[in-house]
Amino acid sequence: MTSRTDDRKFKRMSRRELLKLTPVLALGAFAIPALQRPLLRAGLGFSDWASARLFRSGHLAPTFADSDLTPFSKFPLNSYDVDDPEVDFDIWTLTVAGAVREPGDYKLAQIQALPKVTQNTRHVCVEGWDVIGNFGGVRLSDFLIMIGADTTARFVTVECADDYYESLDMATALHPQTLLCYEMYGQPLTREHGAPLRLNIPTKIGYKQAKYLTDLKVTNVLERAGYWEDQGYSEFYGL
Amino acid sequence: MSTQAIAIEDAKTGEVTEAVYEHPFVVRLCHWVNAVSLFVMAGSGLQIFRAFPSFGAKIPQKDLLNWPKAFAIGGWLGGALQWHLTFMWIYLATGLVYVGYQVFSGNYKQVLFVSRDVPGVWPMVRHYFLFGPKPPVREAYNPLQKHAYTSAIGLGVLSVLTGFAVWKPVQLSWLAWMMGGFHWARVWHFLIMWAILAFVFGHLVMVVLHGWNNFVSMLTGWKKDPEYLPK
Repeated sequence: MTSRTDDRKFKRMSRRELLKLTPVLALGAFAIPALQRPLLRAGLGFSDWASARLFRSGHLAPTFADSDLTPFSKFPLNSYDVDDPEVDFDIWTLTVAGAVREPGDYKLAQIQALPKVTQNTRHVCVEGWDVIGNFGGVRLSDFLIMIGADTTARFVTVECADDYYESLDMATALHPQTLLCYEMYGQPLTREHGAPLRLNIPTKIGYKQAKYLTDLKVTNVLERAGYWEDQGYSEFYGL
Repeated sequence: MSTQAIAIEDAKTGEVTEAVYEHPFVVRLCHWVNAVSLFVMAGSGLQIFRAFPSFGAKIPQKDLLNWPKAFAIGGWLGGALQWHLTFMWIYLATGLVYVGYQVFSGNYKQVLFVSRDVPGVWPMVRHYFLFGPKPPVREAYNPLQKHAYTSAIGLGVLSVLTGFAVWKPVQLSWLAWMMGGFHWARVWHFLIMWAILAFVFGHLVMVVLHGWNNFVSMLTGWKKDPEYLPK
């Protein structure tokens, strides 16, 4: 039943088995400063790639009853800079540029003339908290049609009155729940929540939902991904 | 027992000891890769938790646990997320390779906790924790060990499922729904981490108490003179 072997042979055999585990040491590359950054970038890039594959244009984010809403007073503010960049509403326009047939400055009334959508959706912050809010606005997809955007372009980028900037993949920009939002809880946006116009994207993490929009561009080239993304956050971060 | 025993003869003294090949290469590889992954996932997860150390409302925020930075990986939320979203793939791949190997090789039989192991659990608990007599050792893993290792794999699966629900509460809304929504998925994910860390703690205590022989066998695969071989 048992085969016999001498102890030197057994030691050699054991050593060989131990050496087979050396590939585990490859994980040590993560501890080498020069390699750590590119490796983690690659890992995050893979996660973003997988996220984009997981995204389904027709899949809607869960919506909630009015009774589930977080009270407006408890809807957190996460401005990165100032709560109020002092937008002058009288002269405010959204400046549209890039791969569109009709670039130029759009007034809020022109945007509000599009069909209005309201939704109770969950807002998830990258920090970990979440609230259910009521948002009103127009579909970004409707606006993109209005400005004659080339929807085969890859990205929609926005800039904000407070130097914040963001980018969206076209599939998410065209999602039916992605809004150019001008109301929360049935009231015009307050200044700290991004008046007069912000993004509301229930399929994305909170930092993608830029406030105080001033510029919108349709483009194939992403010069910069976003305020937080350019510091190391996920570029796609779809929920 | 499917493991093959061999007799080793000392060239000088002629003394014979027996040895058993307990842990196949794939199991050992997965074990050590997973040890690193778990360390990184827990450390970066705790750094992520530091960004909002609460399960209540953001306003007013009541912090549950201000986890010390010294035990966290990534330095800041963005850095920790990079570690977490990178190692989760390594963690997942290791888990799939391990479970796949165990199932297809049949090696799972030595460690999977099944109904036949139930009667042996209480005597082992009595022995470990209540100074009861030591039950006879017949297999590589006693019933309590099988229970612990099988549960650990179950916790691993749950950590992945709750993690995906936290990461993709919209695309995988059915998964998040099963856990009570995003908010609860985050709570479960956190609790499961502690359950896994509790397992790891117990595992390390047992290695320190009994285990040079066990430790070596997880490196080389071979265990010399195992208790369970008939003398």
